[in-house]
Amino acid sequence: MVQYWRAPLDTSFAALSDSTRRGVLLQLGRADASITDLAEKFQMTLTGMRKHVGVLERAGLVTTEKVGRVRTCRLGPRRLEDETAWVERYRQLWAARFDALDEIIQELKRKERVN
Amino acid sequence: MKNPTRVERKSERELVVSRIFDGSPRLVFDAWTRPELFKRWWVPKSAPISLLSCEMDVRAGGTYRLKFGFDSQTMEFFGKYLEVTPCSRLVWTNDEGGEDAAVITTVTFEERDGKTLLTMHDLHPSKEALDAAIASGSTDGTPESWDQLDELVASLPQ
Repeated sequence: MVQYWRAPLDTSFAALSDSTRRGVLLQLGRADASITDLAEKFQMTLTGMRKHVGVLERAGLVTTEKVGRVRTCRLGPRRLEDETAWVERYRQLWAARFDALDEIIQELKRKERVN
Repeated sequence: MKNPTRVERKSERELVVSRIFDGSPRLVFDAWTRPELFKRWWVPKSAPISLLSCEMDVRAGGTYRLKFGFDSQTMEFFGKYLEVTPCSRLVWTNDEGGEDAAVITTVTFEERDGKTLLTMHDLHPSKEALDAAIASGSTDGTPESWDQLDELVASLPQ
């Protein structure tokens, strides 16, 4: 019943469902950072942070580059705004539906008062 | 002043939509479960699609089937009600995508100072199922209509 709007939904959504990963993106939006920097910032193990960065990297949200012993992370080619735009479009569909539903509720209320 | 509609991604499998309605849960529940009312709001007026038919057997185990028309194409959406608690809670499956992609929708109607807080929660079977549905763009073999609907949704009023 609610499927037909799903086409624009993007795979990177899953990557954004985790609060640490959203935090990492916000952080990288301010400045590039190494995995070590991010692990410290989010009080995680290096292994844990590597996993999160891996998920973001596969979704195209982050790219990494290893120079010497340091792996630097930066925002990837796929922009976060695409996701925001999808949510906003979806919200607009429901807002339009709910505005119509609102009218029906008011009509039902008026009828109830009359009876 | 219209009440705001909220959308929140709760997890990689869940999406939640909520809004307050200025009416009792009984009235809002009626609008979701009586086909003659449901037909009047599910497709926004500005949308160039029409709801050709709407069958709802609103009881646990009952089924529903919605048929939409868009240009010369039609699309059907169907599933089964898992739980029906009058004026309070509706749970249904969305089966058009096939068994592996069935999404479970839960709608709750909560009384708040004479008004109703409506919450619609979609649960996908797995992250992989959601990813697959997204990647294919469609699970019903009609990607063209999905593209058109995508445009339609984008063209809805601000």
